[in-house]
Amino acid sequence: MSSVKFVILLLIASAAVFGAAWLIGNAYVFFAGYVVLQYIALATAWNILGGYTGYVNFGTAAFFALGAYSTVVLHKLTSLPLPLMMPIGGIVSGVVGLGTGYLTLRLRGAFFSIATLALAVVVQTLITNWDFVGGSRGAYIVRPMKTPLLGIDYIQYLFIVMLGLVVIVLATARAIERSRLGYGFATIRDDEVAAEASGVPTLRLKLLATTLSGAFMGMAGAPLPYYVTYLDPASGFSLAYAVNGVAMPLVGGTSSWLGPVIGAVLLGTLQQVATVTISSALNLLIVGLMLVGFVIVAPNGILGLFGVRGGAR
Amino acid sequence: MEMSLELLGNAIVSGLLLGGFYAAVTIGVSISFGMLDIVNIAHPAFIILGSYIAYMANASFGMDPILASVIALPAFYLLGMGVYQVYYLAFERRGDEALRGLAFFFGLLFITEVTLVLVFGVDYRLVEAPYIGPSLHFGAIELPLRLLVPCLVALVLVGGLQLFMARTFIGRAILAVAQDQLALRLMAANPTRIKRIAFGLSIATASLAGAVLIVIQPVEPSIGRDYIGRVFAICVLGGMGSFAGTLVAAMALGIVENLTATFYGPSWAPAVAFGFLLVTLAVRPAGIFGR
Repeated sequence: MSSVKFVILLLIASAAVFGAAWLIGNAYVFFAGYVVLQYIALATAWNILGGYTGYVNFGTAAFFALGAYSTVVLHKLTSLPLPLMMPIGGIVSGVVGLGTGYLTLRLRGAFFSIATLALAVVVQTLITNWDFVGGSRGAYIVRPMKTPLLGIDYIQYLFIVMLGLVVIVLATARAIERSRLGYGFATIRDDEVAAEASGVPTLRLKLLATTLSGAFMGMAGAPLPYYVTYLDPASGFSLAYAVNGVAMPLVGGTSSWLGPVIGAVLLGTLQQVATVTISSALNLLIVGLMLVGFVIVAPNGILGLFGVRGGAR
Repeated sequence: MEMSLELLGNAIVSGLLLGGFYAAVTIGVSISFGMLDIVNIAHPAFIILGSYIAYMANASFGMDPILASVIALPAFYLLGMGVYQVYYLAFERRGDEALRGLAFFFGLLFITEVTLVLVFGVDYRLVEAPYIGPSLHFGAIELPLRLLVPCLVALVLVGGLQLFMARTFIGRAILAVAQDQLALRLMAANPTRIKRIAFGLSIATASLAGAVLIVIQPVEPSIGRDYIGRVFAICVLGGMGSFAGTLVAAMALGIVENLTATFYGPSWAPAVAFGFLLVTLAVRPAGIFGR
């Protein structure tokens, strides 16, 4: 299937998803659906680096929150429409990803992972100390009076925006899988020394993957202030994003673009249900247990259980 | 800003004491990451677990927190051996340490933290002991006992481990496994067994480190994450697995952090460790005492 056909299929699928949510006719469906879509984007973004090149990013929350806080800054200074704020949030997170990668990716993979863990703490420290975006008190965001598209609520508008991002991220991830770039990433994952010896520009490819992955995480975070309308560092940098970003691709399967989608839909829906019916702390425990259980028992995730292999192998 | 000499001196002295405590927190990672090549990012979570055990013993029985942690040492040792066994069977043997092994430890970190939140809530907990509060005075220099005692415990811990590594057969075998596993096998010692013991020891240090942590500051489940940057920065800067290097690097970080906190405000302290880590990785990944 060519990439163009794939994008058309994705668009049809998104229209169907929106149509189904519309037919149910309950605002909560859009609220919960937005979160699941956001996790599809986050998990796929994580997988571009983690699944394809094998470098583990624990700082999902940092990249995500950087996107969200870019929106807070842009909201205070400008009156840009949200779809324009998202690429800017993406650039901010992408540049941070590039910088972190540039400093640590020449070393062993573990150092990059440790640096991303520490990065989350530091970016949170910086935001907490920055009064302009509300500091530790947090920032209130007033949604625009009118939605740019006629006849729909703001939450439905956010849902459509996130759906659009999911289409872009999935199309990119699948295109990477089937391109020379994807094979380059796979050589890094399988044997970096051999790849380097065969003339694969490993550092450049790793930096590209880190930047792209970080940028998509930032874009996924950019609409968050309008979704929650009140953003403080504790919620923007919630550990839930970091653990879900890792757990969803690994539970779904990292070898193909479909894995993170399965993981995000499964864990995302599970958490939405569990948050309503049980408690939110307990549902995070479930995600942690599933992560550990899957990496031990089913190292190739749900896709592996069904014998699905990725495009670039 | 006027830098008074007295303030500077006190910041350096308490930075040294804080650094000693950081050495106790890091020494376990120096063993697991520095010697065994196991990237145990969950180590700070085990430390927080140690803090809560000291807290429970102190709150229920009025027991001294450090004594409680010494009693808990064997349990932590066994816990560490168990964790290593799972890690070995599921990841190391399959050659899958890089992606899934890391995710495994991240999951452990997360599960420990969330379980502590579920059991104890997110309130700060603290312990009571006679050495929390009073200070020794030498002229203008103040030595708070709640920093001095942890520093002494840390020095005993690091010194004891150094002696153990240098003098005993098991200790030398651990040093050997860090260098050449095959050679160790040829000497008829089983590297997996040695690594299991070493990892058990590294988690056992978390019990003591947790107790001194809760002596120094009130503890809540998520503060372990603040220590991830610190411990790995110290471990790398100290030359990965060198105990003397760990001690020196820990004290250097303690001093720099304390100067930052004194002159710019304590909310910036976590950023210092990260800066330390990034600069170390970028400029001298072999550490100051690198081989």
